[in-house]
Amino acid sequence: MEGDIAQLGQFIGAGLAAIGSGAAAIGVGHVAGNFLAGALRNPSAAAGQTATLFIGIAFAEALGIFSFLVALLLMFAV
Amino acid sequence: MGKLFFYVALALVVVSGVLFAPEHAALAIHPMDQFNVASLTGGAVSTFAITNVTLWLALAVICVFLLMVVGSSRRAIVPGRAQSIAELTYGFIYKMVEDVAGKDGVKFFPYIMTLFMFILMANFLGLIPMSFTTTSHIAVTAILAGLVFFTVTIVGFVKNGVGFLGLFWVSSAPLALRPILAIIELISYFVRPVSHSIRLAGNVMAGHAVLKVFAGFAGALGLFSFLPIFAITAVYALEVLVAFIQAYVFTILTCVYLKDALHPSH
Repeated sequence: MEGDIAQLGQFIGAGLAAIGSGAAAIGVGHVAGNFLAGALRNPSAAAGQTATLFIGIAFAEALGIFSFLVALLLMFAV
Repeated sequence: MGKLFFYVALALVVVSGVLFAPEHAALAIHPMDQFNVASLTGGAVSTFAITNVTLWLALAVICVFLLMVVGSSRRAIVPGRAQSIAELTYGFIYKMVEDVAGKDGVKFFPYIMTLFMFILMANFLGLIPMSFTTTSHIAVTAILAGLVFFTVTIVGFVKNGVGFLGLFWVSSAPLALRPILAIIELISYFVRPVSHSIRLAGNVMAGHAVLKVFAGFAGALGLFSFLPIFAITAVYALEVLVAFIQAYVFTILTCVYLKDALHPSH
């Protein structure tokens, strides 16, 4: 698509897609915060669970990455 | 007193920005220009042209070789610096594969170690000022993630035969829900390489773009154009952390997918 209105739509859409990054931030913070809460209750078990922590963070982050991808596609590919 | 000083400094920044700003100051550096692929030999980018991407990919391989092969070639009983780093990395990844993928996943340790070292070196080389960040290109990360996806799928079918499809059939769920869950599991399985590759490329690209955005502010600040260097230093420190964590996350997810392929039952 061409024209000012189409470009306006692209930019608004990319901005809206950026909300998803904030949502992913909430998710990642939730994972890390709960891990810390559990780790402080039982510090001896925490070291063995850091791999699980990173897997959880990665999965929570994946959907935020998708919204970032949508923003990129709108800005550069559409 | 402190407040007054702050407001005077802020006014000076704004005034000097207006007075001394070059024309088109806001676009002095475009944050995405650093990701342009250019041929090093001149001419257009074609399939066999040597570009900055191939140069920095080759440098990453050379760095891995220098660290792991040359650095530890002396096999000293009391290791030096390079040998210590090589041995620590080896032990770190070996333990990760053993913990996450299980004992029979250790067979795939060379592949996973290669992935980790390559991504780590590519990320770190990209942090050198004026260098090129190869892992910021989805073309590079998609190949890495696609290789992992096909490897894992083939290994799953070779090891378990049709039993590998049990990965999609959640036997702990009620029978009525299982077909729906199978569709969801199938979709999530095929989305894996997408999220796997874009996570790495997106994180690295976003971080480097932020650095260039702060650098671009310098043109608009006039006399106070040295101020963004503080922000850049802070973001750069974060980027060093991100470079390691993303390599780690890519590797650990490979291990998780491998575990799914070796033990597909839920």
